[in-house]
Amino acid sequence: MKAPPFRYLRAETLADVFRLQREAGPNARLLAGGQTLLATLAFRLSDPDTLIDITRVPELQGITQTADGHIRVGALTTHRALGADPLLRRHVPLLGQAVPLIAHPAIRNRGTIGGSLAYADPAAELPACCVALGATIITAGPTGERRIPAADFFTGLFLTALTDSELIRAVEFPQAAVGDRATIVELARRSGDYAMAGLVAHAAAGAGVRLVYFALGPTPVDARHAAAALGRGPWTPDRIKAAQGALDQDLDPPADQHGGADMKRHLARVLLARTLAGFDPSTKAAAA
Amino acid sequence: MSTEVNVTLTVNGERVTRRVEARRHLVDFLRLDLGLNGTHTGCEHGSCGACTVRIDGVIARGCLVLAASLDGAAVETIEGLSETNEIRDLQAAFIARNACQCGYCTPGMLLTAAELLREAATSRVAPSREAIREHISGNYCRCTGYQAIVDAVESVAKTRAGQS
Repeated sequence: MKAPPFRYLRAETLADVFRLQREAGPNARLLAGGQTLLATLAFRLSDPDTLIDITRVPELQGITQTADGHIRVGALTTHRALGADPLLRRHVPLLGQAVPLIAHPAIRNRGTIGGSLAYADPAAELPACCVALGATIITAGPTGERRIPAADFFTGLFLTALTDSELIRAVEFPQAAVGDRATIVELARRSGDYAMAGLVAHAAAGAGVRLVYFALGPTPVDARHAAAALGRGPWTPDRIKAAQGALDQDLDPPADQHGGADMKRHLARVLLARTLAGFDPSTKAAAA
Repeated sequence: MSTEVNVTLTVNGERVTRRVEARRHLVDFLRLDLGLNGTHTGCEHGSCGACTVRIDGVIARGCLVLAASLDGAAVETIEGLSETNEIRDLQAAFIARNACQCGYCTPGMLLTAAELLREAATSRVAPSREAIREHISGNYCRCTGYQAIVDAVESVAKTRAGQS
């Protein structure tokens, strides 16, 4: 279908956004990359009377290194820029692995990290990456800013901690330390389709591994029991098997259009074995 | 306040000014307001790739961008790329390899393949068939089974890289 009629307004600054929101009323939506919103409007799943275009707001742009050793990524950063930026390639290399998995090139040229996090699709890659890396989401509203740990940001199916008057301003990522490893794997029917199951694994040097699944629940799932069963390594066949078994305590995947809960659990085990093999090739023989 | 917006943008090198409904996406603007029918609507929600155009130098889904939001932007369509001869070799390869049957996906495929080839040009190494398939994975074709399309893109990639 065609989108329903609406007014189109453009904000030039962050203050503009809040003023226009106030003037437009509660049935206004913010428009950034539009890669989710415009599809939603085409299906008439949403019926705003006003769209406020925020793509020119400078306070939402840019990738910088903070004084305390984080990389701060503006919410309007496109997926394409996320994958290409030299600071991120150097200090947050996981994102360069995640970006090629997001949708398709034409979508990546306009879709933004702010949009991905705000829409919180359970099958999206970036929310799980943010949780696995311990990122912080910085929100802005008329009364000021908040800093929300990624683990606390995703509260339910397509739900986040954002209030109605807030938007995401930036995301801060810790810089990878020497010896840190992070990887992302996903299974999808067609390359670029929404994942049937996905896993982000982050092993900080000298510490255990953090396992964050996506497409296996309403929000990213931090598989703590499986991670505890793995410990710091080495990941022997017994440990991997124990971790795969422990996943049943972490995951309660709902059935969806791809398959039932049992299939999802199976895929979760497969992803765990593949991920660990990727981290440490000697585990590949063990996991086979 | 009105649901219509004045917008001025460049399309295939020509400056155009129109008053459009805010809800009109770029593909409808191109086809209905400007008479440029080379860009096609398929799914109209971003999945099929038939609507792929170039905005400010990079490919985008024409169905997922509002014409009203493109004030000051530069849009290129299949008509423009054809006129400049930028993809002449790609178009010839599509014909030679029978990569165009009904033609519905073809403009989107050409826009998408052109971006891959342009990005590969800097490395002087032709993308592999796997890389080609990955790059066009966002473009559906119901006729060819994709093999001939991959053949066509691969042959052009190799020629451009001096490898054929």
